[in-house]
Amino acid sequence: MQQRRSGTAASVSGMTIAFTGFTMLRRTLHRLLAASLLLLAALQAQALTSEQARAIASGDSEDRIAALNKAVETADDKTAAFIQALSDDAVKTSGDEVFVMKDDKAYDPVSGAELKLPDDADDVINNNLMRSALDAAQAALKLSSKDDKVRAEAAAALFKDPDESRVPIVEKALAAETNPKIKAQLELVRDAGMLTSADKAKRLASAIGLGANTSPDTKLLLNQRLADETDPEVKTAILASVAKIDATLVWGERINAVFSGISLGSVLLLSALGLAITYGLMGVINMAHGELMMIGAYATYVMQGVFQRFLPESLFGFYLVAAIPVSFLASALVGAILERGVIRFLYGRPLETLLATWGISLMLQQLVRSFFGAQNVGVENPAWMSGGLTMLSNVTLPWNRICIIVFAGLVLLAMGWLIGRTRLGLFVRGVTQNRPIASCMGVNTARIDTYAFALGSGIAGLAGCALSQIGNVGPDLGQNYIVDSFMVVVMGGVGQLAGTVYAAMGLGILNKFIEGWAGAVLAKIAVLVFIIIFIQKRPQGIFAVKGRSAEA
Amino acid sequence: MQQTMAKTLLPSKGPLLGGKGWTAFFVALIAVCALAPLLNMATAPGSALHMSDYAVALVGKIMCYAICALAMDLIWGYTGILSLGHGLFFTLGGYVMGMYLMRQIGRDGSYKSDLPDFMVFLDWKELPWHWTFSGSFVATLILIVLVPALVAFVFGFFAFRSRIKGVYFSIITQALTFAAMLLFFRNETGFGGNNGFTDFKRILGIPMQTQEMRMTLFVITGLTLLGFFLFSKWLVGSKFGRVLQAIRDAETRVMFSGYSPLGYKLTIWVISAVMCGIAGALYVPQVGIINPSEMSTGNSIEFAIWAAVGGRATLIGPILGAFIVNGAKSWLTVAYPEYWLYFLGALFIVVTLFLPDGIVGLAKKWLSKAKAEPSEARVEAQRSVAVEQGVEPAALSPMPVETGGARA
Repeated sequence: MQQRRSGTAASVSGMTIAFTGFTMLRRTLHRLLAASLLLLAALQAQALTSEQARAIASGDSEDRIAALNKAVETADDKTAAFIQALSDDAVKTSGDEVFVMKDDKAYDPVSGAELKLPDDADDVINNNLMRSALDAAQAALKLSSKDDKVRAEAAAALFKDPDESRVPIVEKALAAETNPKIKAQLELVRDAGMLTSADKAKRLASAIGLGANTSPDTKLLLNQRLADETDPEVKTAILASVAKIDATLVWGERINAVFSGISLGSVLLLSALGLAITYGLMGVINMAHGELMMIGAYATYVMQGVFQRFLPESLFGFYLVAAIPVSFLASALVGAILERGVIRFLYGRPLETLLATWGISLMLQQLVRSFFGAQNVGVENPAWMSGGLTMLSNVTLPWNRICIIVFAGLVLLAMGWLIGRTRLGLFVRGVTQNRPIASCMGVNTARIDTYAFALGSGIAGLAGCALSQIGNVGPDLGQNYIVDSFMVVVMGGVGQLAGTVYAAMGLGILNKFIEGWAGAVLAKIAVLVFIIIFIQKRPQGIFAVKGRSAEA
Repeated sequence: MQQTMAKTLLPSKGPLLGGKGWTAFFVALIAVCALAPLLNMATAPGSALHMSDYAVALVGKIMCYAICALAMDLIWGYTGILSLGHGLFFTLGGYVMGMYLMRQIGRDGSYKSDLPDFMVFLDWKELPWHWTFSGSFVATLILIVLVPALVAFVFGFFAFRSRIKGVYFSIITQALTFAAMLLFFRNETGFGGNNGFTDFKRILGIPMQTQEMRMTLFVITGLTLLGFFLFSKWLVGSKFGRVLQAIRDAETRVMFSGYSPLGYKLTIWVISAVMCGIAGALYVPQVGIINPSEMSTGNSIEFAIWAAVGGRATLIGPILGAFIVNGAKSWLTVAYPEYWLYFLGALFIVVTLFLPDGIVGLAKKWLSKAKAEPSEARVEAQRSVAVEQGVEPAALSPMPVETGGARA
């Protein structure tokens, strides 16, 4: 919607410039005509007339808007239909005549009779100003609707574009309104309209009334007025209202920062959990970890394609559910191949593992480029994940973020259970703690290595699946997370699952709070520097394992 | 080295280079200082012996990379510290040089202003504080050494003092470089943002886009590379160099022998950073551009692969490695751009899996066919160390005495 409108705005402004020259004379004539017509319309106070229609459809924007607002006061169904046609760009003019187009046929806006369209008929062009006036007019008309929802929407739309000329309509609607919620909304619309009134008492009442609302829009409105306000009494009232709004907004901002911090933290956690196994438990520096995430994201993309092509549309929402095991398995398989093919031979040589896995990451990136192209691919949110949960006027929590937080929690629980409660987990812990003894007990250590590495890789795949819902999916997806996820694991303490969780959440929230006053890039730099300093102080991370090793 | 380490006697200090070594060195010196200029400037462009301007630029660039590979080898091959942040020092040196070259443009920029174009574009009225010395060539030369040295010293001091080593160190150097890259990408830090510095006109008042100037830079780079080679050779042969290798092989034992590794590690770390900074400063006028993407994670890791391909803990290896990898890169990225990353990736894997001593190691192995079986004593020693550390003997890295090479 927004995009479409700005597009037309650009083309309209271009055309207006082109037409300016020869419309100068016509415009003055029209202005005179419009003024006299308005007078006539006001006196008669009747339903849509052809004069009104002409005044609204042609001439200077400002005059058209004035005519429109006048017409709304005495509106009937025909006016509504005409305004609707105007905003649909389905109105043409020729000389003094106005035509409403419908299915390539021209109709008279007043009588509804079919007319013959002259060849020289011009489209009516609406600029941005006119469009917002049309939207507001439509909203004003909808205020008399029987449907509560329509009225509420209309009130919200009117609030976005307050104008004193609409105060009478709103007052009328207010008197008839029975729903207390919409009534409150309408009062705000009235107050917003009165804010620019010439009458000081009205402005004062408006400024005090608006303080009851807590949305950022109201604050903006008040601040705009504050700049133009000359009366000290009104000024103080506005300032008081702004302060009142600020007090509530600040809580919203805090909640937002904490939420986005937790959200970022859970993304970090997801990307670091797999690494907590491969690096934390097994000690393998896997620089291709990010690419395993990328594979998970692309697996999600492939599942989306499968659902689009082979399954009915009603099932599309479930593609993500199906993608979860698929992305896990895809990454786990690649991980198992890597472990068997390369990493196995490099145990005990961490720096060389680092280089070899970096090489693998380059190859995987290029592989994805060869198959899916170098461009990002589009992964859609399923319908049940779009939208958000509105908590306060300025706090809306998007569902996809909430889902990821929940998902990260579930993955964490599943992993904790797998490592802590199952036989496989026991073996993994046994092998990492004391390889020869585990081997003596009959554990096939080589196989456990493969399983553990595949598990860590699979969790990276799950992270990729989750990331596909909030960010771009492209060949360099992994590169953006590799530094971060290593930071989280190192900060949490190698081999410490709980440390990883605390580090991820802590870094996420810290990052978002710094972002609040320093911007995203500086926040990121600050967090990196913080980690570097932190590791200098505590090289073993938040939770150090106490030991007496000289190598500690 | 292989034989001497097995003996208990301390080795006597040999000559800097052997007879053949000096011959090869002087051949290289002549090639750089006389042959290349001759082939480039004195022969006709069509002749078979002609060295094209493109080749001069390419070889000049690779020689800068070779200095980086040499620096990487000192810190990684000889001291066992894998830095993933040498791209930072390279870029720092490059930026210091770039700032001077930007000032040399003078009023010839698009905006005809004393300030560099990007500052006019950002509507800045005066030079930021860190540009204070960018007008002077001498100050620039000093800063090229000083800036990377200072950054390396501060970072290294705290890192080594906290005894951060191994992979931890690698990862935080990577984070440092990443943070610096983000910082340099910002417009307000005064380094030209995304675009960095480019469009240089002259150096010391002499126009840069001439054949003579290009050749001069080429020769200076070649001499620097050869100089650093000799310096490194001297360094690793000295007592200092021996301690470094001891730190690489068994840092704890070095400490128990009464040495504090901090000073040694810090010194070689700073030397290595300065070498990279100088390489960066030579790189910028030859390539004509410097931007923050030089600090990307991948670039720094590539430094390591140059050293690894050629052969760690040898000095000729990294230089060879830089030439081979970058030569392949400039050929493949033009001929088969799709396959370059496969090749580079495969190179990383093959070198780490099959060529731990690089090409030089391979050549040595081929030359001396006799492959010594591990002696019984060593197997025994390996087993006892394994018991001590509680791991399988096979899981231990091969014992240093056996290979004599670097084990990271």
